[in-house]
Amino acid sequence: MQNRILVYGYGNPGRQDDGLGPALVERLEGERLPGVATDSNYQLQIEDAVAVAESGTVIFVDATVSGDGPFTFTEIEPSGEITFTTHTISPGSILALCHELYSKEVRAYVLAIRGYGWEFVEKLTPEAEKNLEEAYRFLVEKISDIMNMSETVTLN
Amino acid sequence: MARKITIEPVTRVEGHGKVTIQLDDSNNVAQSRLHIVEFRGFERFVQGRPYWEAPVLVQRLCGICPVSHHLAAAKAVDVIVGAGTGDGLTPTGEKMRRLMHYGQFFQSHTLHFFHLASPDLLFGIDGDPAIRNVIGVALEHKDLAVQAVLMRKFGQEIIRATAGKKIHGTGAIPGGINKSLSNEERDEFLKGADPLNVDKMIAWAQAAVDLFKDYHSKHADMLDNFAVFPSNHLSLVRKDGALDLYHGVLRAVDSEGKKILNDVDYQDYVNYIGEEVKNWSYMKFPYLKSIGKKDGWYTVGPLARLNTCDFIPTPLAQKEFEAYKAYTKGKPNNMSMHMHWARLIENLHAIEMIKELLNDKDIQGKNLVTKGKKQHEGVGLIEAPRGTLFHHYRINDQDQIVMANLIVSTTNNNEPMNRAVTHVAKSVFSGKSEITEGMMNSVEVAIRAYDPCLSCATHALGRMPLEVAMYDSKGDIIDVKRK
Repeated sequence: MQNRILVYGYGNPGRQDDGLGPALVERLEGERLPGVATDSNYQLQIEDAVAVAESGTVIFVDATVSGDGPFTFTEIEPSGEITFTTHTISPGSILALCHELYSKEVRAYVLAIRGYGWEFVEKLTPEAEKNLEEAYRFLVEKISDIMNMSETVTLN
Repeated sequence: MARKITIEPVTRVEGHGKVTIQLDDSNNVAQSRLHIVEFRGFERFVQGRPYWEAPVLVQRLCGICPVSHHLAAAKAVDVIVGAGTGDGLTPTGEKMRRLMHYGQFFQSHTLHFFHLASPDLLFGIDGDPAIRNVIGVALEHKDLAVQAVLMRKFGQEIIRATAGKKIHGTGAIPGGINKSLSNEERDEFLKGADPLNVDKMIAWAQAAVDLFKDYHSKHADMLDNFAVFPSNHLSLVRKDGALDLYHGVLRAVDSEGKKILNDVDYQDYVNYIGEEVKNWSYMKFPYLKSIGKKDGWYTVGPLARLNTCDFIPTPLAQKEFEAYKAYTKGKPNNMSMHMHWARLIENLHAIEMIKELLNDKDIQGKNLVTKGKKQHEGVGLIEAPRGTLFHHYRINDQDQIVMANLIVSTTNNNEPMNRAVTHVAKSVFSGKSEITEGMMNSVEVAIRAYDPCLSCATHALGRMPLEVAMYDSKGDIIDVKRK
C-alpha cells in the first residue's frame, strides 16, 4: 500500500533516553491510526529497506544527544554516507538502498527527540518524558496533515 | 620528533574505539594500541536483581547481538534452577533455543560479510570511501545487495518466531523456552514464497562462500599476508569434536594445533581463564592460566572455531571445511582475513542447521521447561557470532544476583585485535610522512575482521565523528582530521 505511513522508532530502551524512539512508537500503537504502520528495533538495519520501500511515507524516530528544543522534525534525502558504525545504518542510507534496490522514492522524515541520560536504566529521564509528550502531540498532527495531503493528491 | 597518530573512533565497529600509533623520530611505528574508552559497568548494574530477570536484562548490553546475551544468561540461569549444565533441557527447549541461535548467526554473519567486509573486498581497502560502503555494493553489485537484505530478513524472522519480539525478547526462560514453533511458522520458513524460504537461503549462503573463494583465487597475496600472526585459539566444541555453536566443552589449541585446553567443563572456567587489567584500556585481557599472561592470550570467533573443531556436522559446510583446512594443510589458520572465509562457512552451517531443526518434530513439542534442585551459582557459555561469550552469576538466599562476571567475545579478542593493528601499522605506516584515508582504513580493516562490538548499546544521533589527531613527542596535538 503506497500511501501507508510507516513510523519506525529505534534505540535501546535499556539505556534510558536512547529508548525514546521505541517509546513513542509504543504509544502510537495504542492509537491504532488507519493507514499507519509502526515498527521498532534497537537500530536500523539493511533489511528495513524492504518495509520502507512498501511505504509512501516513513517517519524515523530516534533520540538525539544535542539540540535546544524538545525535538526536531526534518525531511531527509537518500544518502550514501559512511556512518560511524555500520552495525547500524543511517535513515538516509536506508532511503538510498530503497532507491538502488527497489527503485522506490519514499518521502522520509526524522523526528529526533532530545535525550539527556544514557545509563543502564529502563526509564526515560523526566526531561525526556516531557520532550516525548511534545513530540508525540506534534507527530499525531503531522500524520493527520500527511494523510490529508495524500487524499488531496489522490482526488486531484 | 616522535609523533602519535590517533584514529578515533573506529568506523564500522561499535562504540568508542580509538587507535593510537606512536611513531619514533624516524617515522617508524614504535607502538600501536587499540583503546576501548567506554566503561560498561553492567556487571555491577545487575547486582541485586532477581536471577530470573537476567536473560532479559542482559539484552540491554548490546543491540547488535542481544540473542547471544539472552541465551548465555539463560544457560547460566538453567544451572541455577537445577536444569543441568547445558544439556538438561527438554528436546523442545533446547532445539527452540538452537533455532533462535542459528537465526542470530545467520543474520549476523550475513551482515558482517555483505555490509562490513564486502565493501573493502569489492572496492579495495584504499578504494574511494564515497562508494566503499553498502550503498556502493548496491550500486555496483545489486544482486548481492538484494541477497544480503533478504538473508538478513530471513534470520530476523527466525529470531522473531523464537524470541517473541525484536526488542528484549523473552523466548528463553530459566530451564527452557516459553513457546514452540507453530505449523504455520514452520511452513513459512520451509516453503515460503521465493526467495524467502530456507532452500533459497542455503543456496545463497553457498554462493557467498563461492564468492569469497573466487575472490581469494585472485587476491591471495593480500588475503594471505594481511595481519598474519601466530595465536592460540579457543572455543566450545561438541564432546565428539564437532563444531557446536550452542553448547559443548572448552577447547584451545596453539598456533601449531597442539591442544592446550583439552575439552574441559566450562562450569570450571575460572580455573583455566584469567583476566588481566592494563592501565591504558578499560577492556580486560583474558589469558589461559596454564600458559600465563604473556603468551596465554587467544583468539575467539570464526577463525578460532574452525581451528579448534575436528569437523562440521552438516554436509555442505563440512565439504567447505575440508577445502578450507586443506589450504593450511590441516594446521591452524592464523590469517586474519581468512576470518571472512571461516565466517561464511559457519553461515552455511547455520542455515543448514536451521533447515534440520525446522524439519524436527521436537520443535513443535509441548514440554518446554525443566527444573531441579536450585543452585546458587551458574555459568553459561555460548559461541556468539563474534566468539565465545561467558556469563557467570552467583545468587543469595533471596534469589538476588550478588556477583556477575561477563567475558564478551570482543574482550576475548582484545589482544589479537591489538596484534592485528600492530602488524598492519608496521607494514603500512612505517616510513610514511603523511596519513592517507587508505592507510587509516587498513587499520580498521584489521579490526573489523574480528567483528568487534565495543559498546554498542547506545547510538543516538549526532554522537561520534571520526577524528584523527596527531601528537608530538610532548603530547601536544599537531594535527586533527575528522572523517
